[in-house]
Amino acid sequence: MNLAWILLFLPLVVAAINQLVLKKSWLVPIFSTASAGATFVIAFMILGQSGTASFAWATIGDFSIDIGIKLDQLSTGMMIVVTGVGMLVHIFSLAYMKDDSAKARYFTGLSLFMFSMTGIVLANNFIMTFIFWELVGLSSYLLIGHWYQKDSAADAAKKAFLCNRVGDFGFMVGILMLWGITGHLTFDGMKGGLETFQAANPAIFSGVLSAAVLCIFCGAVGKSAQLPLHVWLPDAMEGPTPVSALIHAATMVAAGVYMLFRLQFTLGFENFEGLLASQIIAWTGGITALVAALMATQQNDIKRVLAYSTLSQLGYMVMAVGLVAGEAGMFHLFTHAWFKALLFLGSGAVIHACHHEQDIWKMGGLLKKMPITGFTFLVGFLALIAVPGTSGFFSKEQILEAANEKEPILFWIAVIVAVLTPFYMTRLFVVAFLGKTKSENADHAHEVGPLMFVPLVLLAVLGLIAGYPFIASKFAPAYHPTEHLFELGTITYISITAVIIGVVSGFVLYSGKEKDPVSIPLLQNRFYIDGIYDNFIVRYYQDAFAAIVAFFDEFIINGLLVGGLSRAAESTGNIFRKVQSGSLQGYAFVFGLGVILVIYFTAF
Amino acid sequence: MASLNDYLLVSGLLFAIGLAGVVLRRNIIIVFMCLELMLSAANLTLVAFSRFHPAPNGLPDYNGQMLVFFVITVAAAEVAVGLAIIVALYRARQTIHTDELTSLKG
Repeated sequence: MNLAWILLFLPLVVAAINQLVLKKSWLVPIFSTASAGATFVIAFMILGQSGTASFAWATIGDFSIDIGIKLDQLSTGMMIVVTGVGMLVHIFSLAYMKDDSAKARYFTGLSLFMFSMTGIVLANNFIMTFIFWELVGLSSYLLIGHWYQKDSAADAAKKAFLCNRVGDFGFMVGILMLWGITGHLTFDGMKGGLETFQAANPAIFSGVLSAAVLCIFCGAVGKSAQLPLHVWLPDAMEGPTPVSALIHAATMVAAGVYMLFRLQFTLGFENFEGLLASQIIAWTGGITALVAALMATQQNDIKRVLAYSTLSQLGYMVMAVGLVAGEAGMFHLFTHAWFKALLFLGSGAVIHACHHEQDIWKMGGLLKKMPITGFTFLVGFLALIAVPGTSGFFSKEQILEAANEKEPILFWIAVIVAVLTPFYMTRLFVVAFLGKTKSENADHAHEVGPLMFVPLVLLAVLGLIAGYPFIASKFAPAYHPTEHLFELGTITYISITAVIIGVVSGFVLYSGKEKDPVSIPLLQNRFYIDGIYDNFIVRYYQDAFAAIVAFFDEFIINGLLVGGLSRAAESTGNIFRKVQSGSLQGYAFVFGLGVILVIYFTAF
Repeated sequence: MASLNDYLLVSGLLFAIGLAGVVLRRNIIIVFMCLELMLSAANLTLVAFSRFHPAPNGLPDYNGQMLVFFVITVAAAEVAVGLAIIVALYRARQTIHTDELTSLKG
């Protein structure tokens, strides 16, 4: 247990020392990276342990909020993902951020993020989850806005934070509802409380539970960037690429899925079967997966393509959780973390080599110039499109099976996504890595240094093998063991066909092209969702609200409270000003009068 | 022989005249003199009480008379300081009329 406490607080201590003591020293990156390495070692040591420990943090009467740690396969497995990806991203950042003037701030932010994420994963109660949930949002904000001098980065950071806040509001309501239903905030006590509630109120049980779960799901919609709050994630790509890999691909955005699964795991899966909330969650996930995959097909920024693919894969996971097949979702989270981090770091290496060129139509031919990056990227690409034998194949297979079993329509949506994913990834790979170079920046590209390609190679290895049972059963947060490695059935055939269709069509369409032969404005503009938000919600709601707030500020606060107080003081002062006549005799008279009064009151 | 009440009456009159002068007169020298008058009124009271409250051995109560000496001493010092202030004031403002000394007006 002590190790777990160290695991939780080490990154915080490091972040504090970095911020308060070391400041801009060259030691900061090394210190942060060392702490990430140490947490990874600790995560390995506590893997598979179980137990809880907590201390009271805030006590009000009988009610107490704890800071506690809950260790089980789910949390320790998740810690492997968080610290593993985290450590590799730290190492990669050492090289990627080498010339950045504010890299001390960057690494401090990374350490703060590691602390917050560890807190979410290890939390043993919902209030603690919520606190760290917000902390994660804060560190994400700081890191997206790392290059805050750029307006786009500052805006993206603000957008991410606000979108998350919208979801978190529901999350908080959900937590309070669950607390009201079960009377417990800790995961351990909730199950019992829920059973008591069910026994007492069988008629409204499923409705109330549904409402609570939906509210909590709001939090996941924000954090895991599901429709309709997905808009922040593609914009978050304004942050440094290693941050995108760590926070916006592998760990933080998966926190929503993790939290939903933890909820199901805590309350018992049987309560979620056929629940309305579960269906809504599943459909949200499915539609997000489809819409995001469609948007990804027409993006030109290498990081944006990956961002939409992350959205789409998160949709898969959420769908799996909604179908009460959370093990499949968590398994996909586990495999996805490795290969998506790999893809992002790979794109980071490409961007680094091409002098911060992100447009895939200005790259090309990079496989020859950067063979290690290119081939590791290829591995990530194969794992993402779920080629049999790679990790992504196993996990996606489980999701498809679950979907087929429970909701055929969602299964077909998932299959369409499984066609679209290979299509847009092939497009990305063919355009950026094959063919001729299309710009000068790409001409000058050369292989990145070992600090960058070693994490890539390690992640590539994991991306290949993480799906096999001998790894997954030990390390994955949740894993549903299968009897055979490959079950050749209809689903396997369908998914292999989907991959082939996607790859072939992508290759035929984009091979050797100089510019995009297809142009679908609807998809390029992301279904105009951002536009709707800007023109409708921002314009009518935000501006109207701003007017109300301005009125309140101007008239109530400024006019009545501040101005009123000052006017009251002034008029009282005016009354007493007359006393200060400045005439000596006036004072003497009042003084004499006073003496007489004193004598009068003492004598009589 | 005059009784204690007579002395106290005279003393009260003196004090009232002094106070009236302090409050009503505009010339600061007169105000100052009226102030002295008020002190004298107090002195008269003290002496009168001393005379009419003898100690058990038949002698007057000298405590009151001693206090009078203190008052006279303090009054002398006050006159010295006060007149100096008035001279300085006149030099600074060219007037000793209280009506014109209103720079403390709020």
